[in-house]
Amino acid sequence: MSQDFLLSLAQAITKGLLTGMVYGLMALGLSVIFGVMRVVNFAHGEMMVVGMYLSWAAFEYAGINPLFSLPVIAVIFFGVGYVLQRGLIQPFINRPEHQQFLLLLAVATLVVNACLAIVGPDSRGIQLDSQFDSYELGPLVFDAVRVHAAIAAVVIAGLLWFFFTRTRIGKAIRAAADNHMGALVVGLDVRKLYAITFGVGAACVGAAGALMITIVPVTPFLAAEYTLLAFVIVIVGGLGSMTGALLGGLLIGVSEAVAGLLLEPSLKSMFSFGLLIVVLLLRPQGLMGRKDSR
Amino acid sequence: MKTRALVTLAALLVFLVAAPAFLGGYALSVLILVLYFAYVGQAWNIMMGFAGQLSLGHALYAGLGGYVAAGLYTHYGIGPWAGVFVAVAAAVVAGGVVGALGFRFSLAGVYFALLTIAFAEFTRIGFDNWAWAGGSGGMFLKVERGVSDLVNLRGGPTMFYYVILAMAVGIFVLCRLLLESRLGRYWLAIREDAEAAQAVGVPVFWCKMLAVTISAALTALAGVWNAFYYNNLFPETAFAMGRSIEMTLSPIIGGLGTLFGPLVGAVVLTGLGELFTDISDQFHIPGLKQIFYGLALLVIIMYRPAGVWPWLAARLGFTERDK
Amino acid sequence: MSGARLELAGLGKSFRGLRAVHDVSFTVPAGAIHALIGPNGAGKTTIFNMIAGVYAPSAGTVSLDGRQISGLRPDRVCHAGVGRTFQIVKPFKGLSVLENVTIGALHRRPRLAEARAAAEDILKRLGLHDRRHQLAENLTLPDRKRLEVARALATEPKLLLLDEVMAGLRPTEVDVMVAFLRELNAETGLTVLLIEHVMRAVMALAAHVTVVSYGEKIAEGTPAEISRHQAVLDVYLGEEEPA
Repeated sequence: MSQDFLLSLAQAITKGLLTGMVYGLMALGLSVIFGVMRVVNFAHGEMMVVGMYLSWAAFEYAGINPLFSLPVIAVIFFGVGYVLQRGLIQPFINRPEHQQFLLLLAVATLVVNACLAIVGPDSRGIQLDSQFDSYELGPLVFDAVRVHAAIAAVVIAGLLWFFFTRTRIGKAIRAAADNHMGALVVGLDVRKLYAITFGVGAACVGAAGALMITIVPVTPFLAAEYTLLAFVIVIVGGLGSMTGALLGGLLIGVSEAVAGLLLEPSLKSMFSFGLLIVVLLLRPQGLMGRKDSR
Repeated sequence: MKTRALVTLAALLVFLVAAPAFLGGYALSVLILVLYFAYVGQAWNIMMGFAGQLSLGHALYAGLGGYVAAGLYTHYGIGPWAGVFVAVAAAVVAGGVVGALGFRFSLAGVYFALLTIAFAEFTRIGFDNWAWAGGSGGMFLKVERGVSDLVNLRGGPTMFYYVILAMAVGIFVLCRLLLESRLGRYWLAIREDAEAAQAVGVPVFWCKMLAVTISAALTALAGVWNAFYYNNLFPETAFAMGRSIEMTLSPIIGGLGTLFGPLVGAVVLTGLGELFTDISDQFHIPGLKQIFYGLALLVIIMYRPAGVWPWLAARLGFTERDK
Repeated sequence: MSGARLELAGLGKSFRGLRAVHDVSFTVPAGAIHALIGPNGAGKTTIFNMIAGVYAPSAGTVSLDGRQISGLRPDRVCHAGVGRTFQIVKPFKGLSVLENVTIGALHRRPRLAEARAAAEDILKRLGLHDRRHQLAENLTLPDRKRLEVARALATEPKLLLLDEVMAGLRPTEVDVMVAFLRELNAETGLTVLLIEHVMRAVMALAAHVTVVSYGEKIAEGTPAEISRHQAVLDVYLGEEEPA
């Protein structure tokens, strides 16, 4: 293998790792929602796209850098997510999957087409000042934008980890996820916890969207792709595992980048789906999941 | 079935058979759409409503069916009535693989649904890159005007209308027979509680496999019909998740596991779709129709989660307990 | 429906290193009613699950009429002549009482009309016939228990496994169930193996009792014998009241 090829490969891998961090953050949101409440959030990609649009709008009309609009977007998403869960989704928690799926499909349809109606079908991207900056490590070149996005994603993931392991509410949520009845018995307000969980998950997605817009432009049609991607990552990485979601994101990011390099670009998601099939069959708990967490 | 219901059914059939005589081109095309979704929804209903296995990748079977039959026709001149056997065989094999893997490895619920999605997507990407099938550019059937050739399914809307009508009637009769058979009862048992079913002697794995393969075979027929009606196939649409989701809407909205649910659902959805298209065409806002659609779905799933048909049947005084 | 000889030989089951059942052996003669008792967690349901085919044993065998049935899938075990109920009843909730039992009957009678007729007979015997069109999920607990038994009986078993069928029933209801099982056994010679905590039922029904604790057999005998057996008193039945 030639030097050039190896370099291209390494370049692709690093690019994939960086993008993968953002994918991981998106998947983290789903892992939280699905892992705790077993709700099949078919609107996940749509939420991501809205996050991207909000961030784009803040930049386009107010000149605010996504890294600064991110906290605001995350808070907005938390609020909307909380209300959505409390008001709309809660009654569906114990209903059969096909009903949950239809509910969230309806929400997804509404959201994505509202975006389409308001902003139109053209792709919207942003050009940051740092767009063409890069960091160099030996022969490897890293896009500054991607590096910043990846770092932000890691920071947010860290905050999330802190929330779930060190705060009372976070621990209560994990308890409710592990044992619903037990949580009720010790007096936890499970419904409120679920609403908070959905809010937190939504905030992750919103944040991921704000980061993603710095890397790729957004169109309404990306939504379905992101939903599927999020599910693939969560299953591969392992349900209920935060490190799993991040690792899964990295894995998928890298495989997409490498596949894009080696194969026809359109084949790149084929690898992801193939991986999903293999994982579903051989290790359904995912890379990091516990055996009984299904 | 109660007499009132039977009479209504007979009247409906008479109407449907006579329809092309008095309906205009547009109305007929809407009716064709209704029958198509009723048919394809019923085929999906067998797997989900009867046997309780959620498939969100059913476009795989329709796409395979369409491509195989259309491919045989365009490349080898083999007519659809012969090609359909190969098309169905391909879908049965695909369904068998999905089922065998999913059920052997005890996948259920969301996980099984994701497996079906993965297979459909995998196939879509594969076909996108397969020259024989025309790749992403698509496959096209030669349109012959002014012919009414039933053998090669070349002709006007009326011919296709009667074919899809026959298919729809056929599948409803089949489902009625299935429901009143041992297999149908076993499916219901599996849907309710697979472990308890097994304890009373139901061979759960084989029954599920039959559900998948029968559903796949029937869906493939729809794919064949679709290919010859629209005269084109693209992997992007034939295997799309949107297609798969479309197939699930009429049975879920109409009433899962019931016999007439898919038909009622198809009527409701197509009716709403046309209504919304009319309204939103006035405003020229992209996506408006889909917004109405999403709202309608939301309202239905929130207030009639068991489907429109059970409620409607009760109001009209048709019900036996579960139809 | 005459009975079958059930034989457990050296039956054992381990779950990833945890030994749930170890070296359990006993025989149930054809036409007998036999009880399996012991404290919670003793492995009784695990033993049932091995007989019914839900688990394959890690060691030992289960034979029915001399034919090995251990390791068969649950539906094949049913075919061999074993019917079972579940500790927490599992009715087909969305189906009617009649439909529930009909599904059981379909096992030996593939034609729907025949199966339905057989199901109606069984429902009459169990006093559920008047509720046959009710949805299973609307039944009271005692009726659900009866439904569970009816559905298992519809498969025309030679051996009936009852897993704590008396749990949650009031004493009068227990007596009704006991009377029904006694009658069934007397009329048809159906072999019955029951897991029970309700001693009233065990004493009234069982000719023979096996006691397990921590996965091992600790005693076997008639109800009178085991109620005086020291090991049994220690782990399960407790001290006798001073007279």
